[in-house]
Amino acid sequence: MPDATQSPLAIYQAHLDNGDLAYQWSPKAGRAVFYPRVVCPYSASTELEWRVSRGLGTVYATTVTHPMQGAPYNIALVDCDEGFRLMSRVEEIDPMAVEIGMRVRFRLHPAEGDEAAYPVFVPANPAGKGAA
Amino acid sequence: MSGLVRGGAAIVGAAESDLGHVADGFSVIDLMAQGIVRALDDCGLGLRDVDGLICATTQSRTSGLNLSEYLGISPAFIDTTIIGGSSFMFHVGHAMAALQFGLCNVAVIAYGSTQRSVGRRQASVREVNPYETPYRPFLPSSAYALAASRHMHEFGTTREEMAAVAVAARQWALKNPVAWEKKPLTVTEVLGARMVSYPFTVRDICLVTDGGGAIVMTSPERAKSLKKPPVYVLGHGQAITHANISSMPNLTVTGALASGKQAYTMAGLAAKDIDVVELYDAFTINTILFLEDLGFCPKGEGGRFVEGGRIAPGGTLPVNTNGGGLSYCHPGMYGLFLLIEAVRQLRGECGPRQVHGAETAIAHGNGGVLSSQSTVILGTAATI
Repeated sequence: MPDATQSPLAIYQAHLDNGDLAYQWSPKAGRAVFYPRVVCPYSASTELEWRVSRGLGTVYATTVTHPMQGAPYNIALVDCDEGFRLMSRVEEIDPMAVEIGMRVRFRLHPAEGDEAAYPVFVPANPAGKGAA
Repeated sequence: MSGLVRGGAAIVGAAESDLGHVADGFSVIDLMAQGIVRALDDCGLGLRDVDGLICATTQSRTSGLNLSEYLGISPAFIDTTIIGGSSFMFHVGHAMAALQFGLCNVAVIAYGSTQRSVGRRQASVREVNPYETPYRPFLPSSAYALAASRHMHEFGTTREEMAAVAVAARQWALKNPVAWEKKPLTVTEVLGARMVSYPFTVRDICLVTDGGGAIVMTSPERAKSLKKPPVYVLGHGQAITHANISSMPNLTVTGALASGKQAYTMAGLAAKDIDVVELYDAFTINTILFLEDLGFCPKGEGGRFVEGGRIAPGGTLPVNTNGGGLSYCHPGMYGLFLLIEAVRQLRGECGPRQVHGAETAIAHGNGGVLSSQSTVILGTAATI
C-alpha cells in the first residue's frame, strides 16, 4: 500500500463539506464499510472504494438523552439503505417520537466554529410517521 | 479452544479495598495496595510471595509500574490489559495461563478507582470519536439505552421489567453491610426517578463510587495448604465484538453468548448447574441480556424472567448477591467485585445473603459498551 496522501476521515469530511454522506465499499467483501478506514474489517482487503449514499435509511435504535441543562435530544443508530450503520440524530420531530423502523433522510448539519459538518437525519416523509 | 485446563488454577484470596467515598488524597495505587494486602492476609500469603502482578485502572497510565514500585516488587509476570470492566475476567485467564506455564507462582489481580472523589470526567477521560462525539452521547449510558430500545422493540421488554432488576439488586444490597445503598427501592421509584437516557432513569444505572480490591491466584497444589478453602477456576471464556455502540453487530445479542459457551464447555457445566450468578449490571438491561446470553432463560424472555422476585433474595435464581453495581458499589470498572463476591459465596462467608450449599458460581464481566465480555465459572473442591 503506497503512503496515503489523505486520511479516511479527511476524505469523509471533504464529502460532507460538499453536502454528501460518503461511505466505503469493499469489492472483496461485497459490502459497505463504515466508519471509513484503511482496511476492510470483513475481508482484510485494503482496496476500498468511496461511494456517496443516497441518504435514505431506517432507524435501528433510538434513545433520548436528558442533559442536566438544556432540552432532551435524540441519539439514534441509522441503517442506511446501502448497508452501513452510523450513529446520528433525528431532527425536526419530538425526540421521543423517533421510532425504530422509521424511514429517515440525510441532512447536513453544517460546520459551526471549531465543529466540523456532520450528518443528521429527518423523517423521510413530512408527517414524521411511516414506521416499517 | 483456549488451552486452559479445568481446575488448573485457584482463587485463594479475595478482598475489597475501602469502598464508597474513600479518605481524601487516596490514590488508585493506594487502593490497589490496600486490596492486595487484605487479599493476601485472607489467604495467609505475603507480599514477598507475589511474583505475578496484574492490574488495570483508568487513572494511572502505567499502573503496573506504579504498583510494582509502591509494593517494592519486581514481578516475573506482569499484565495490565485494560478493555473495560471485564478486564479482570480476562486477567483470570491470563493468570491461569501464566500459572500453568510456570511464568509465576502467585498472581494478584488488583483494581482501584477514586471516580467519586475526583469526578468521572477526571477518572475516565473521554476519547473523541469523530463519528459519534458530534451527537453528544452520554457514554456509556446512551449506548446501553440504544441496546435497551432494541430489546424493547424486538421482545416487548418493558421499563417495569428493567426496574425489577434494580429492585432485586437493592434487596440484596440491604443484606450487604458494605453496600452503598441502605434504603429499600420500589419499581415506582425507579420509573419516577430522574430520566438520564430514555428508557433509563438514574435508578437503572450503576452507582458512581470509589473502590478497589484484589484477588490472589495460585496453583491448585499450593492452594490446598492455604488459609481458606480454594475456589477453583472451572471455566473461562472471552469475546470482543466491537468497541463503539455504532459498530455492535446486533444490539440484543452480546459476546456473552460466545464467552459463556466457551466457559461452560471448559467447565463441563450448563446454566442449570450454576448455584450463584454474578453479572455485570452497569445498567438494568445488562442483567436481562446476560441472563439470556448465558442460557438462564431463552433470548427475549429476560424481561419476563426477572419479574416476580425470581432473581431477588428468596427467588429461585440468586443473581448479584452483593447488591451489584446498581446498589453495592461501582467504581468504574466493576468486574473484579463480581469475582470477589463469587469467591465469598463459594466459601460460605456471606452471612444473611449467603446462598446455602453453593458449589458453583458464574462471574460474568462486561466492558466498554457491551464490547468485551468474559465469563468465569468457579467451583468448590466438591466440583473438582
